[in-house]
Amino acid sequence: MKIEKAKAQTPQKPLAVFLDEITRSPMMVNILAIITGLFLGGVIAALTTENVYAALKSSLGESLKLALQAAWNTYKALFLGAFGDPQRIVSALQSGDLNAINRALSPFAESLVQATPYIFAGLAVALGFRVGLFNIGAEGQIFVGALAAVWAGVFIKGLPPIIHAPLALLIGGLGGAIWGLIPGWLKAKTGAHEVINTIMMNYIAFRLSEYLLTGVLRDPAKTTPISAPIERSAWIPRLFPDPNRFHAGFFIALFMALLVYILLFKTTWGFELRTVGANPSAARYAGMNIVRSMVITMALSGGLAGLAGANEVLGVNRNLGVAFSSGYGFDSIALALLGNSHPLGVVLASLLFGFLRNGAIQMQLTAGIPIDIISIIQAMILAFIAAPAIIRTIYRLKPPKEPEIRLQTSSAGGSS
Amino acid sequence: MTTQTMTKSATGYISPTRERVMGVLFLIIAAAIWVFFIRNTTPGVETTFGMTPGGSQVQTPDWVFETYTALNILLFLSIALAVYQLVRGFKRYTNIVLGVISGFFIFAFLAWGASGLSLNLSGLLRVMVIRSVPLTLGAFSGILCERSGVFNIAIEGMMLTAAFCAALFGSLVNIWFGLLTAMISGLVLGGVLAVLAIKYKVNQIIAGTVINIFATGLTSFLSAKFLQKYQYLNNPGRFPTWDVPGLSQIPFIGPIFFSHNLFVYAMYILLIVLTVALFYTRWGLRLRSVGEHPKAADTLGIQVNRTRYMAVLLGGTMAGFAGAYFILGSVGRFDEVLTAGRGFIALAAMIFGNWNPFGAFGAGLLFGFADSLAGKLTILRVPIHNKFLEMAPYIVTMIVLAGIIGRGQPPAAGGQPYEKE
Repeated sequence: MKIEKAKAQTPQKPLAVFLDEITRSPMMVNILAIITGLFLGGVIAALTTENVYAALKSSLGESLKLALQAAWNTYKALFLGAFGDPQRIVSALQSGDLNAINRALSPFAESLVQATPYIFAGLAVALGFRVGLFNIGAEGQIFVGALAAVWAGVFIKGLPPIIHAPLALLIGGLGGAIWGLIPGWLKAKTGAHEVINTIMMNYIAFRLSEYLLTGVLRDPAKTTPISAPIERSAWIPRLFPDPNRFHAGFFIALFMALLVYILLFKTTWGFELRTVGANPSAARYAGMNIVRSMVITMALSGGLAGLAGANEVLGVNRNLGVAFSSGYGFDSIALALLGNSHPLGVVLASLLFGFLRNGAIQMQLTAGIPIDIISIIQAMILAFIAAPAIIRTIYRLKPPKEPEIRLQTSSAGGSS
Repeated sequence: MTTQTMTKSATGYISPTRERVMGVLFLIIAAAIWVFFIRNTTPGVETTFGMTPGGSQVQTPDWVFETYTALNILLFLSIALAVYQLVRGFKRYTNIVLGVISGFFIFAFLAWGASGLSLNLSGLLRVMVIRSVPLTLGAFSGILCERSGVFNIAIEGMMLTAAFCAALFGSLVNIWFGLLTAMISGLVLGGVLAVLAIKYKVNQIIAGTVINIFATGLTSFLSAKFLQKYQYLNNPGRFPTWDVPGLSQIPFIGPIFFSHNLFVYAMYILLIVLTVALFYTRWGLRLRSVGEHPKAADTLGIQVNRTRYMAVLLGGTMAGFAGAYFILGSVGRFDEVLTAGRGFIALAAMIFGNWNPFGAFGAGLLFGFADSLAGKLTILRVPIHNKFLEMAPYIVTMIVLAGIIGRGQPPAAGGQPYEKE
């Protein structure tokens, strides 16, 4: 500690340079945003615990102690829910019983299951950001993807699994792609703002799903509006025995992240897309087809979100109910920003949100803290990342050397 | 980019192409009346429209007419209007005529749907007014913000938070205090939006999304933790219905428009106040100039960011008032995510109403009508699922936004933070 201080005071030393670099880097803001968001989540958990106020009448110290305890319990339950109980994992590993190991590790696997749709949806929004488009309609695209996949899974019969499952996934992606294509086309052709149109498309998708689930897709055997279970051949296979729900969709998601990375950064076409996003005027001047880029990007973005929905129904739920609504679509905006709209960043951010979400589900069961607390945490993380100046002020970070790139959505289009 | 400047037609000029497009559209509507309704109606069957809402003191006799004749009259009128449009053109009244013909279509639909049956038309319209309240007030919130150049997609989140506060504090103290705290909560969230969007220059869509996620999370969290456990915290009561003396006694019209609670009358008053303030005062001119061309406004000595702060704070308060309606004017208790996307329909109403209070009120009534009708479709036994009717607001907004039937004119500087050079 002493050495560190001494070095920090004399400039030009490697450590000082390192610290300087660290405090200026945008990564630091993201990490601190996450930490601050989690901290404030703990504060809210503590503030909403009744006995903290009850103890306030007797003594302040007692009340503070209880508040700390409430925050600690919240995060302990969250951590155990997300990663599993370390003691149990160790003892299971020692016993060598495969079944016990599977059970002990299943919370961790479940977190990956929760992260999978986040990866797809986060990629969808990130891809749009890179091209200067704001796809706020991932939620609707997820729904349509799920509907299309369920349709393919229920009504196409007699195919071998090797064809049926990919086909259903593809149809789901196509459904989402159509849902993304419409606002993209409207934006490119008429200049209609894609934010408004994707919001409208969200609600059209919700109503459409309610219509289909009470009509065509509804399981006649059930009293509630829920689809029939999809054919076994369309399942995305689970890789471990129950209760572990980990399925191959996780690897498909990672593969998609790789594809998006290659598309954006290793192909001419991706360069064109990124140019359209960074500077539409320059792109137009260079003879790039802005209309085509926008339409294709929104379709791809919608397709990725559609895959998220398809992946959920084919890999996890294996049917579709009205209560499918997940909030993945809105969270994915936070993911794309947290991951700096880079596929790798999105995957990491998705893992974090997957762990948070799964942890919160378990936390609700064990500690009785409503799951909605993670929405609060996520909103705060999103706010801090979107406004880096807040974090820089709180932690007295130095300003970045290069001005931070603010998200710019394109005003191009409408050149018809 | 070129079209945006092209469509700035403040004088109401309508191009000959558009005149013709509209004429064809009118003909299509007329044809639809014939294809869908007249062909499927047997002459001699009567339609009965109830003219007295349930529970109303003002009695009006039922309106009974022969469906077939009525439909043919509507068809004839529509064709006449379409032909006039194609030959001479209604010029700047085109949009009004479009509204009239759409009205014909809706009336034809109702007459056909209720042929041989009885439909309580006044009940339908009364519910329309009630349902339009949060949409119109939410749209006013959007207008205040967006006219000053700040996108507000957080109307939903603000309304939800306000509804929660109205339920909680309305139960703890009284409904007036609930209303006050609801408005304050809207004001606070408006402040958050303003600080993020104006001070920190965060992308305004993201700032709005932050508020929406936060509001959904916070209200659901607190509701699950407290309101469901302690039911007495979620029982604020409602504002009573108050009949406007005189006006509420007008047959048919009175019970529909003038026998409501505080929120409906507030909507009427705010409609007038907002229109006057925005378009006939120096204050409104400044607010709009900041949203259209902040640099020019700044050159003239208007403080751009201060004006925007004020507009967004007012807009937040308005959204808070709209949110209070859900509890204190409607259902009387808070449930998780009870706004159910109405904040976004309000956004749609704002766009459909062309960022104009009267337009937003009209759009609010139209969307409220769709909502009201969706609840009655089962009575009418028409082959349309009510879910499609619930989709209608979103679809027409997309159509308007795309400029297929008349394009909206959003404030030019919307969404762009202002930096003084």
